Amino acid sequence: MSVFIIRRLMQSVLVVWIMSLLVFVGVNIVGDPVDMLVNPEADQAEIERFIKDLGLDRPLHEQYWYFLLNALKGDLGNSFIFNQPALKLIVQRIPATFELAIVALLMAIIVGIPLGVYAGLKPDGKISKTIMATSILGFSLPTFWVGMMMIMVFAVMLGWSPSYGRGETASLFGIEFSFLTWNGLRHLFLPALNLSLFKMSLVIRLARAGTREVVHQDYIKFARAKGLSQNRIIFVHLMKNIMIPVVTVLGLEFGGLIAFSVVTETVFSWPGMGKLIIDALNNLDRPVVVAYLMIIVVIFVVINLVVDVLYSILDPRVRLQDLKG
Amino acid sequence: MSFNKKLNAVMLAAAMSLPASALLAADLKVGMNAEPSAIDPHYHNLGPNNQMAQNIFSRLIEQDEKQRLNPGLALSWKPVDDLTWEFKLRKGVKFHDGTPFTADDVIFTFERAPNVPNSPSSFATYIKGKTAIKIDDFTVHFKTAKPFPLMPQDVSNVSIISKKTAEGATTADFNSGKATNGTGPFKFVKWVPGDVIELVKNPTYWGEPVEWDRVTIKTIKSGPGRVAALLAGDVDFIDNVPPTDISRLKKESKVQLSQGISNRVIYLHLDQFRDDTPFATAKDGSKIKNPLLDVRVRRAISKSINRDLIVERVMEGVAIPAGQLLPGGFFGVSPNISPEKYDPTGAKKLLAEAGYPDGFKLTIHGPNDRYINDAKIAEAIAQMLSAVGIATTPVTMPKSVYFKRASSGGPDKSPEFSFVLVGWGSGTGEASSPLKSLLHTYDKSQGFGAANRGRHSDKATDALIEDALATVDDKAREALLIKATELAVGQRLGIIPLHYQVNTWAARKGISYKARTDERTVLNLVSSSK
Repeated sequence: MSVFIIRRLMQSVLVVWIMSLLVFVGVNIVGDPVDMLVNPEADQAEIERFIKDLGLDRPLHEQYWYFLLNALKGDLGNSFIFNQPALKLIVQRIPATFELAIVALLMAIIVGIPLGVYAGLKPDGKISKTIMATSILGFSLPTFWVGMMMIMVFAVMLGWSPSYGRGETASLFGIEFSFLTWNGLRHLFLPALNLSLFKMSLVIRLARAGTREVVHQDYIKFARAKGLSQNRIIFVHLMKNIMIPVVTVLGLEFGGLIAFSVVTETVFSWPGMGKLIIDALNNLDRPVVVAYLMIIVVIFVVINLVVDVLYSILDPRVRLQDLKG
Repeated sequence: MSFNKKLNAVMLAAAMSLPASALLAADLKVGMNAEPSAIDPHYHNLGPNNQMAQNIFSRLIEQDEKQRLNPGLALSWKPVDDLTWEFKLRKGVKFHDGTPFTADDVIFTFERAPNVPNSPSSFATYIKGKTAIKIDDFTVHFKTAKPFPLMPQDVSNVSIISKKTAEGATTADFNSGKATNGTGPFKFVKWVPGDVIELVKNPTYWGEPVEWDRVTIKTIKSGPGRVAALLAGDVDFIDNVPPTDISRLKKESKVQLSQGISNRVIYLHLDQFRDDTPFATAKDGSKIKNPLLDVRVRRAISKSINRDLIVERVMEGVAIPAGQLLPGGFFGVSPNISPEKYDPTGAKKLLAEAGYPDGFKLTIHGPNDRYINDAKIAEAIAQMLSAVGIATTPVTMPKSVYFKRASSGGPDKSPEFSFVLVGWGSGTGEASSPLKSLLHTYDKSQGFGAANRGRHSDKATDALIEDALATVDDKAREALLIKATELAVGQRLGIIPLHYQVNTWAARKGISYKARTDERTVLNLVSSSK
């Protein structure tokens, strides 16, 4: 068992290292941050001072070596623009992005599952057909367009909701969250809905397909024959069984939700990680871009490692195979 | 209950049911395009930081909305000899924390400003070579090694900070507000990066009284997002209105626009230093000698551009055709140069004279996310040049890639392209800034021609510019700047000017802005017409 884990760990370290090389080189050969950051009226001497300060005059392999040494100490470099640790800048924005993603996920589940189950139980009903047709729209309309339309309709024309940004926040466990205040919730609703539309459609489809499959199973028929109430059959026996694929897919899709929030955050000026990374890319704030990508890489590697380890515990064949190979 | 009492009760109820915004009339909510990278006024010498510094700090000399110089913390300034400028300071000015402003703060500021660690663009540009000496509490001398006429312009770019609070302070101390102590119209409250900056009124401001008690600045990067926030009533005032929304907002009854010409000229730079230029070839693709070296070809290009059409169609009317480096009214603008007239027949004739009767092939490179409608301008120009026989292909790219290649993408860090679309805003508000950076021969040791991407070079022009930069007398200097402009732009077409940008701010009805030529959004210039 430990051999298996050590081997997997070593593979993970290798993956992270290769990714760091790709990311660092990729980001550093595009464009030049100097032209983005130095005042156009600065003379050549001032431009050279800045290049030297950032270490951009060194050859790329040397820059990478310093980056690697510092990264091992947990320092992913300072933002060119803000002169603050890139890691700190990103971590500061994590609560806003996670809050948005989690609320969007909850919306997708709370709205998506009942609609999907209903459409699965009455597949030929008019309402069911409307639900399914709408879910196709949810899949196919681009997020940024829907976001702008939502702002136009709900904020500009109807005035029901604020048009941008994060509202007041309140502190919980020392972290600022906006879902704890009424003003914050009002600000949160539209962007979260915008972000959740795609996943909501996905949940509707999964729940419908699951329901269609499960209603014809023997145990549902048996439950009916036993004389159980319709509610009990749906909420206990049917629901439990369709939840398995829904939960699996949503778990996997949560990462995608965070990644997709880049678009929603830009449209709604939501001060999260996505907006930070877009600004950093536009201004070639390389350390922030590299740090962001490294964080994402590490998250994915850790998730995969955990999954692998869990598999090997559940299924001895996996680790036996690995030992042989 | 008497009638009067009843009336009072009704009035009271009515007053209480008024929306909160009407009661807090002196609150201003602003949606801005750009966020500063720090509150430290000496950390990053770039537009977003400098405009924020203007809300919180004052300078010895202030540039007004037309970039004319006015007394700030200094009441008067004059050269006492060729190498010394004397500044008499304003008395009775207090910092936000109540400490009085004196010459010590000026000396401290000029020592700190050029030496902020890790500054992405430092204020050394304005301070290099100047020594500040305290004469008494309200007199300061600036000494230079050579005569330095642009002293007032340079000094007008440096925000004065308090020695008492800022001694030993880091940029982070300014961002948290600990060291942020100025003499400007607003006091700093807090900054949540990426989200909001809050300011309150400075009741003891030395200048015109400030109208707003509390200002909340939200960063809304997306243009349509800012417009939507204004229309929804979430903000009172926005900057950088996208040109496509201007005509729509004009029809909106609850919105008021403020527009003003900017000091930014959009121009074309042409390769004038290589015999063999990479992006100009014969029509069949074979190599030719760089045609752009010939002033007749440059003139032909200028003549074949219909500036009025670009302004009307591409810029949707929100720009002004340009013939030189700065629009009328600025220091050093020649009265004798007007925008080149559209003349395709004349252009063809000049091309034939220069030995290109059938034209040649050319590529125009430009950014697509830096200036207003930049990519569309490049496309329009390519079509106009193709119409007179110069078959031109437009290539545009993001600014993050473009500027590096345009400035130093070629061999030995030379400019990579042959024909580029660029813009230049004059930070000093007069003609020496573009002349020095764009048209003087590229000279690293003296710091000339840093943005000369066409490497235009002419001894006579250089001499005029250097003379102007050493002439302290205003009249004589202006005459030299005009002569240099007439020679370098008017006769030699070292660059081809296209148009001056016009900037637009929008607010809810009843709020107006004194549009600044330097494109900055400074919040004590926002006023409500009561």
